[in-house]
Amino acid sequence: MNFYETDLTQLHDDLVNKKISATELTKATYDNIKAKDDQIEAFLTLNEENALAEAAALDEKGIAADQLVAGIPLGVKDNIVTKDIRTTAASKILDNFKPIYDATVIEKLKAQNFINAGKLNLDEFAMGGSTENSAYQVTHNAWDLTRVPGGSSGGSAASVAAGEVLAALGTDTGGSIRLPASYNGVVGMKPTYGRVSRWGIIAFGSSLDQVGWLTTSVKDNALLTSLISGHDDHDLTSSTRDVPDFGAQLNDDTNVNGLRIAVPKEYLVEGVDEKVKEVIKAALKHYESLGAIVDEVSLPHTQYGVAAYYIISSSEASSNLQRFDGIRYGVRATDVQDLEDVYVKSRSEGFGDEVKRRIMLGTFSLSAGFYDAYFNKASQIRALIRQDFENVFKDHDVVMGPAGPTVAYKIGSNIADPKTMYMNDVLTVPVNMAGLPGMSIPAGLADGMPVGLQIIGKPFDEETMYKAAYTFEQSTDFHKAQPNIGGQN
Amino acid sequence: MNFETTIGLEVHVEMKTNSKIFSPSPVQFGSEPNANTNVIDWGYPGVLPSTNKGVVENGIRAALALHAEIEPHQHFDRKNYFYPDNPKAYQISQSVSPLGHDGWVEIDVDGEKKKIGIAEMHIEEDAGKNTHSPNGYSYVDLNRQGTPLIEIVSKPDISSPDEAYAYLEALRERIQFTGISDVKMEEGSMRVDVNISIRPVGSDKYGTKTELKNLNSFNYVRKGLLFEEQRQQRVLMSGGEIGQETRRYDETTGQTILMRVKEGSDDYRYFPEPDLPSLEISEDWVKEIGDTMPQMPNNRRDRYVNELGLTEYDAMVLTQTKEMSDFFEATVADGADAKLASNYLQGDVNAYLNDEQVDLAATKLTPANLSGMIKLIDDGTISSKMAKKVFKGIVAGENPAEYVKAHGLVQLSDPAQLQPIIDEILANNEQSVTDFKNGKDRAVGFLVGQIMKQTKGQANPQVVNQLLMKSLQAL
Repeated sequence: MNFYETDLTQLHDDLVNKKISATELTKATYDNIKAKDDQIEAFLTLNEENALAEAAALDEKGIAADQLVAGIPLGVKDNIVTKDIRTTAASKILDNFKPIYDATVIEKLKAQNFINAGKLNLDEFAMGGSTENSAYQVTHNAWDLTRVPGGSSGGSAASVAAGEVLAALGTDTGGSIRLPASYNGVVGMKPTYGRVSRWGIIAFGSSLDQVGWLTTSVKDNALLTSLISGHDDHDLTSSTRDVPDFGAQLNDDTNVNGLRIAVPKEYLVEGVDEKVKEVIKAALKHYESLGAIVDEVSLPHTQYGVAAYYIISSSEASSNLQRFDGIRYGVRATDVQDLEDVYVKSRSEGFGDEVKRRIMLGTFSLSAGFYDAYFNKASQIRALIRQDFENVFKDHDVVMGPAGPTVAYKIGSNIADPKTMYMNDVLTVPVNMAGLPGMSIPAGLADGMPVGLQIIGKPFDEETMYKAAYTFEQSTDFHKAQPNIGGQN
Repeated sequence: MNFETTIGLEVHVEMKTNSKIFSPSPVQFGSEPNANTNVIDWGYPGVLPSTNKGVVENGIRAALALHAEIEPHQHFDRKNYFYPDNPKAYQISQSVSPLGHDGWVEIDVDGEKKKIGIAEMHIEEDAGKNTHSPNGYSYVDLNRQGTPLIEIVSKPDISSPDEAYAYLEALRERIQFTGISDVKMEEGSMRVDVNISIRPVGSDKYGTKTELKNLNSFNYVRKGLLFEEQRQQRVLMSGGEIGQETRRYDETTGQTILMRVKEGSDDYRYFPEPDLPSLEISEDWVKEIGDTMPQMPNNRRDRYVNELGLTEYDAMVLTQTKEMSDFFEATVADGADAKLASNYLQGDVNAYLNDEQVDLAATKLTPANLSGMIKLIDDGTISSKMAKKVFKGIVAGENPAEYVKAHGLVQLSDPAQLQPIIDEILANNEQSVTDFKNGKDRAVGFLVGQIMKQTKGQANPQVVNQLLMKSLQAL
C-alpha cells in the first residue's frame, strides 16, 4: 500500500465499506515498515502482535463510521507514554520502561480504535535536531539515506516520508515537528501551547512542549489534530477553548483571498541558505498570485531566541530529568557500592552526552548568583519575542518563512558542534517561546532535498493556518513528490 | 553585658483534606506503605500535577485567621532538591508569590500583650517518609508525599523562649479553629523549625543564628531555646563566636548538641512551576470564604466571660479546641445553664474522654443530650448524684429524659409524698430523735440516710432536709 496515493478519509471510507479490512491494512503497514525500515531505521519498537490482534477484533465488530482513525495503524513518537508498550524516549535509562498508563493523546486515539503501529525514534528526551542523539539508532532521511531526518521527531517524519505509516505523532519543544517535516517533505503541525494535553508526554521543556502530527497531506493533519485537541483535567495548562473540526473546513472553496501574510526580514537573512530562500520566495509569490497580500515585517528579537530558548528549555529539563534515578522505574546500574553509587552510575550510564550537557547548562542557569543573568534574562527575552509577534498579528493573519535555514545535512556533519546544531532552530524556537501554533509544509526542493515553508498563526488560530496550507498544497504539486528510497535523487 | 534575643520560627501545618494537593490520592494516616499513591505521587514519567482547589481555599482560611494579606496573583515554584523521599526531586511550593504575607497574631506573656508578625505563609506539598531498617535496607513510603502543607514564617519579633511558646500556642489555636488541620505536634500535623540568635542590647546587627532540630513539643521548643539562649551568652561572654550551626535538642539532658556546621546556604534553584497555571484569587472568593470563617478563640473567650459570665479560666479551658468550644456553645444554645455546661464539659466529659482516650467527635454524646441532662438537674427532676448515672446513659447516646424514666431515676420532691416517709422513719428511730434533742447533730445525717435508703436514693435531699428539720422541731 502506498500511503501517498490515498489519505485518511479514503482509508476510513474503505474500511467502513469493507473494501479493505483493518487486518489487511495493518499487514500492509507492517509490509511497508519491513520493506523500508532496515534503511530508514525509524522504529524503536514495533507493536505488530497487538496491532494485528486489535485489527482482527475490529474487523469482527466492524468499523464505526464516526471513528475516523478506527483500524488505521499510526506511528507514535517514543517520548509519548503507551500503556504496556515499551517507552524509552530514546534513552538507555528507560530501556526497560513499560508504562502503566496511556498519555491523553493515546487515550483519545484508543477511544477511536486507532492501531498503534509502534514507537518511533527521536533524539534522546527530544533533545536535538537530527535524531542523531538517540541512544539506539540513527534514523535516515528518506530522500537521501546519508542525511539526517531532522529532529527530534526524526523517526516520525522519516517514517511518514518513507510511506511506512500514514501519519505519526511527534512533539515539538523548539522545532521538533517542523524541522523534520521540512527535511522530509511532509506536513508537520505544532499546535498552540495548551491546545493538546501534555499528560503522558515525557517532559523536556514543560512550558514549551506540545504534541502534533506529521502527515503527507494538510487535510489529514487537520483532521487528526482535531482528534487529539481539547482540555484535559490532567493538564491544567491545556485550554478549555472549543476545538474546531479543522479538516471539515478544507474544501474546493478554501482560498487565501485577502490573507495578510507577514514575512519577517529576520527569517531571510544571511545564514539562511540561498537556495532555501529561493524556494520560500517562490512560495510567497505563489501566495500572492492566489490573492494573498505579502508584507515584509520585523520580529526584532529573533536573534536572541536561540540563546534564550536553550536557557529556558535546559533549565526546565534539568529539573524534569532529576526524577530518573534508577529507583522506581527504568534501568538501575548494577555493580554498585551504595545508594549514591546507584544514582551516579545509573545516570552516568543512562544519559547520553547531549542530555548531560543540557542538564548542566540548565542547572547552571538556575543557580544562585546566575539566575538573574540567565534564566530571568531569558524569560524577559521570551516576553519580548511574544510581544514581537503580537505586534505583527495586529495587522496580519499569519507569519511565513522557512522552517529551517538549510535542507537536511549529512549524518555526522554537525554532531561535534552543538552551537551550529542549535542555530538550526533559530527559525522555529520563537514560536514555542511565544506559545504560538506553527507548521511546516512542503514548498519545493533545493538540491533535490525538500524545503519546508513555515506558517505561524495567532494563538489558537490553527484554522487559518490549515486553510492557507491547504490552498497552497492544492495549487502545487510539491506534496506529491515522493522520495526514492535507496536511490540517489 | 546585656543581650537581646531574636527567635525565628518556621511552622509547617499539614491540612486534613480528602485528597492530596496535586493528585487525587487520598490523604489518610495509618495505611499500608504506598497504599495512598498513584503515578503522580511516584513522579512517574509524563505525569502532571493538578491543583486541589480545596487546598487553596484552606490556605486562604489560614491567611484570614492570621490577619495576613492575601496575594491576588499567585503561582507555584519548583524547589529542587534530590532526596529518596522526594520522587520528582523537586517540591512544588511557593517562593516568589506566597499565598499570604504580613500577618500577625497577638500573644500574652504574663499579662503582657504583644503582636508577633508573620512574614509570609505559603502552600506546598509534603515529602514521603524514609525508614531505615536494621536489616540494612531503607524503605520509602510515599503515602505522605503530596499531603498539603502550609508553611508559616514569623518575622524577627519573638524575643524570648516564652514568647516563642505563646506564639506557637496562638498559631495552633487559631488554625485549629479554622478547621483545616488537627495541628497536633505529636501526630506530625504541626512541625516547627526554630532558629535563634542573640546580640548585645542596642546593636543594629543580628547575631549569627543557630538552628534547632528535634523539638517535638511546644515545651521542648521553649526548653531548647532557653538552653540555647544561655549557651550563646556563655560563648560570647567568654570571648567566643557563634557558629552557623544546626543543633539537636536532647530531651533527656535538656541540652542542644552540635549536629553540623552550615557552610553557605542551600541552593534550591527555584523557578516558576511550568506545569501549573497561575492562581488568580478574586476578592469575591476571599469574601465568600471569610463569611464562613468560624469565630476565633480569643473572640469566643471574650464572649464567654462578658456575656455568659464564665471565669477567664473556664473560658480558656473551653476554647482549647474548636470541637469543645462548639460543643459548649451548642449546649448553651439548647437552653443549658452556661456555668453547669462548662462544669460538666471540664469535669465529667473531659474525664470520660481521658479514660476512653477519644476525641469529643468520636463519642455519642450530643449537645442536646448534655443540655437535656442539665435542664433536668436545674428543674429538680434529678439530683446531681443521679446525674452521674444519667451521664453514663448520655455518653452511650441515650436521651436523658428517657433514661431517667427507664431507670426510675425521677427525684421525689413533692412534700406530700415525702412527709409520710419521714414520719415513718421518725417513728421507727426514737433513739435518733432523742439524740437530736440532746444536741447531737449527727443524728440528722443518720435520719437523712434512712430516708434516702427508703426512697432508693430518689428523694430530693434539699426537700428532705427542710421537711426533716421542721418535723424534728415540731416533735
